[in-house]
Amino acid sequence: MHIPIVTFRLPNGLFVTLSEDHTAPIVAVNLWYHVGSANERPGRTGFAHLFEHMLFQGSADVEANEHFELVQRAGGTLNGSTWLERTNYFETLPSNQLELALWLEANRMGKLLPAMTQQKLDTQRDVVMNERRWSMDNQPYGTWMEKLPALCFPETHPFHHSLIGSMEDLAAASLDDIAQFFATYYTPDNAVLTIAGDFDPSEARQMIEKHFGSIPRGRGKPPLPDMTLPPVFGQWKREVVADDIMLPRLFLAFRSPVFGGDDYYAASVCGAALGLRNGSRLRRRLVRERQIAADVSAFTYDLAKGADLLVVDVTARPGVPVEQLEQEVAYEIDQVVRDGLDVPEVDRAIAVIQTMFVSSMQEAGERADRLSLFATYFDNPERLNEEVDRYAAVTTERVNAFVRARLGENNRASLVYVPRDDAPGELMGAGAAAASQ
Amino acid sequence: MTAPTIRKVERPRPSGPREYQFPRFERRRLENGVELVVAPVTKLPLVTVALLVDAGAICDVAGREGTAQLVAKLLLEGTMTSDGAELTERFERLGASVDAHADWDAAAITLTALSEHLPAAFDLLGEVIRTPAFRAREVDRLKAERLAELLQLRAEPRGLADELFSRFLYTPSSRYARPEGGDERSTETIDRDHLVSFYETRYVPGSTTVVVAGDISVDHAEELTRHALGTWAGGTARRVMADDLPARPDRGIHIIAKPDAPQSELRIGHVGIPRNHPDFFPVNVMNAVLGGLFNSRINLNLREAHGYTYGAFSTFEWRRQAGPFVVSTAVRSDITDAAAREVLMEIDRIRAEAISPDELSLATSYLDGVFPIRFETTAAIAAALSVLVLHGLPDDYYDRYRARVRGITTDQILEAAQRHLHPDSLQMVVVGDPSAVRAPLEAMSFGSATLYDTLGQPSA
Repeated sequence: MHIPIVTFRLPNGLFVTLSEDHTAPIVAVNLWYHVGSANERPGRTGFAHLFEHMLFQGSADVEANEHFELVQRAGGTLNGSTWLERTNYFETLPSNQLELALWLEANRMGKLLPAMTQQKLDTQRDVVMNERRWSMDNQPYGTWMEKLPALCFPETHPFHHSLIGSMEDLAAASLDDIAQFFATYYTPDNAVLTIAGDFDPSEARQMIEKHFGSIPRGRGKPPLPDMTLPPVFGQWKREVVADDIMLPRLFLAFRSPVFGGDDYYAASVCGAALGLRNGSRLRRRLVRERQIAADVSAFTYDLAKGADLLVVDVTARPGVPVEQLEQEVAYEIDQVVRDGLDVPEVDRAIAVIQTMFVSSMQEAGERADRLSLFATYFDNPERLNEEVDRYAAVTTERVNAFVRARLGENNRASLVYVPRDDAPGELMGAGAAAASQ
Repeated sequence: MTAPTIRKVERPRPSGPREYQFPRFERRRLENGVELVVAPVTKLPLVTVALLVDAGAICDVAGREGTAQLVAKLLLEGTMTSDGAELTERFERLGASVDAHADWDAAAITLTALSEHLPAAFDLLGEVIRTPAFRAREVDRLKAERLAELLQLRAEPRGLADELFSRFLYTPSSRYARPEGGDERSTETIDRDHLVSFYETRYVPGSTTVVVAGDISVDHAEELTRHALGTWAGGTARRVMADDLPARPDRGIHIIAKPDAPQSELRIGHVGIPRNHPDFFPVNVMNAVLGGLFNSRINLNLREAHGYTYGAFSTFEWRRQAGPFVVSTAVRSDITDAAAREVLMEIDRIRAEAISPDELSLATSYLDGVFPIRFETTAAIAAALSVLVLHGLPDDYYDRYRARVRGITTDQILEAAQRHLHPDSLQMVVVGDPSAVRAPLEAMSFGSATLYDTLGQPSA
């Protein structure tokens, strides 16, 4: 599998990646702005994400809600998302509608502010507050999304604070903040644009120059503070959270190498060997054999600056107290540190990752998004074509070197969820069964 | 405050559309009754295989709800020659992703693998469906995992609202009134003999269709199917129909108490129509306008005009018999009644007068235009072919789909809304803080309100 890639940069700094695929009349437009919650000022947490909402509220030539309307009327799908290091906006459309998507993205990159009103800001603030309630506050374990980074990154580090933001900070956001944030970060030289799918490259280039070419370059963004961190936490951090839940759950995080480097691939394979699919070490041991866990998974945050996190996520079976859950997970991790992962485990993990990767490349939107990722973080979308080889090159020795360096007791952070009433697990299980008689 | 005047500038016009055809597919049939549907798609070296068996949750015996789901999952937990761990290892060493589950109408074992590993993975599928072991240890474990899932549900407002909505919607004897995967009591009741007997009755070649989509020829797919399933002997299972009668003729409010909840999970709806209903197309387009799209009436009203919610949508769930029609949203506790009132108003409004041509064209041009985007992956193509198989739709269904959508008129939408939305039999389910929501909801004169605990038992 080789994905064709052409890149160029407009005089205003916009970096463009084109990737043709004519198997279906579909085209994906994908724009990454190199700004995320890490760029927020103190007292303005949640702003990058609130701002993402505002980008769907119209621009100089587009009315409120018209962005969605125009793309859907064209037969397209669309959305945006905010992450610690970036914000992205994307559409997948019938290929004859390419110019509409480019025009819409250029209009809001170039001419957002004339359309901003206090009323729109107030409404989207309410929407985001409801999003916070829906995804975190009224969702069992939902607060892990802000508690885990807070536990794992020092207070002054840009990854420490909440991505969705506190209710107080959201309430304080003003139209002036919107204008300033827009001028600072939503500039062509702080963005990458990717088009993937069925299009003519020279036509696409003309459209891009026509719609984006006149948008002025930005005046530069304030540099992020030094994000470098030591390779390990230096201790075993632990936080206990009482929540409206039935079963204890443990998020066990390890500081790990930044996304994209050689060591990252070893960390990623390690995560898959530990917790991806039923054949992984922890699923086999804790769910199938020991039967103390209802579910296990493992994942990396894929952070490209400072340090990444590898997280093992284990939910207890009914009747298993939280102390036992923590002990048994620690026992398994200790064993991996002592004896290493074996060759078949690593081979299995790589085989599963490779199939997942090829599967994901079927979708134009996913191809475009990954190209934007490598363009944003490394100025090099060609990295996408190296993914298969980079994973294939990961050896058991390298995974075990990562394990020895990073899974030890001096590099663990336990975020532990316990039922609020702290009822013993045995009683909860029996209580549910009795009540159903 | 009004929005600033928008200077209407010329929007880019689309260039001429390029032809698109849903992937061509071919049907074959083995001598033992196994049906085969193959769509060769050569984009990437990948193939998805779905074994569809007429063994869905509607086949569960009363009192043993959850059998179909457990049987499907246990297929991947060990065969006569490999225990569960070995079997998993054999699939995953090939990099294959494999999943087995039963929904209402069918069980499906779905596999996606790189082409080079397909022959080995296909044989494994054959082993899985023909020689499952149902070892007692795995039976007990999967039952315990289902009980853990149910316990988790009690603290999960979204899932709880969905589950209890179905319970209050259908007559208690309906299979649809009970969770797809069974409840605590039925799960406890099921033993290994029940599972084996369900498997032996329902998993037979005459009730099995193999759907293949991806980088493979029809002949090669047939060859692999023959190798895996050609000598499988057995008949055809009796088709089971679910009872889809509603629980009650009048409206009712059902409040599931979650004290101090910061938000109310709200469900409003009634029993809908079966997938094969002749009004499927107008109803589908009507629902897109009402609550199916981001720019639908319900989402624009609740989210963009009022800021009540992060999102609100409506859906008709399509099954062989009538699945639910339901409006779903999560709203701030103190405006739960106001949000419900807006939903009811939108249901009344779409029944009272014809939608505008603009609203119609938004929905139809979306459904028409997005059509190719729905089938980018082998898994999505296999799923689309599975819909044909499950509901007995004609082979040219996807070829005619876009023209049928484009042909819908505003009169047909009005008629569909009047015929298939029933304001007088709506059930409202709220998972939320009773001290905040109960009195305002009762004051709506919608219907009587009953308070329940998280197990769905009536409380004071």
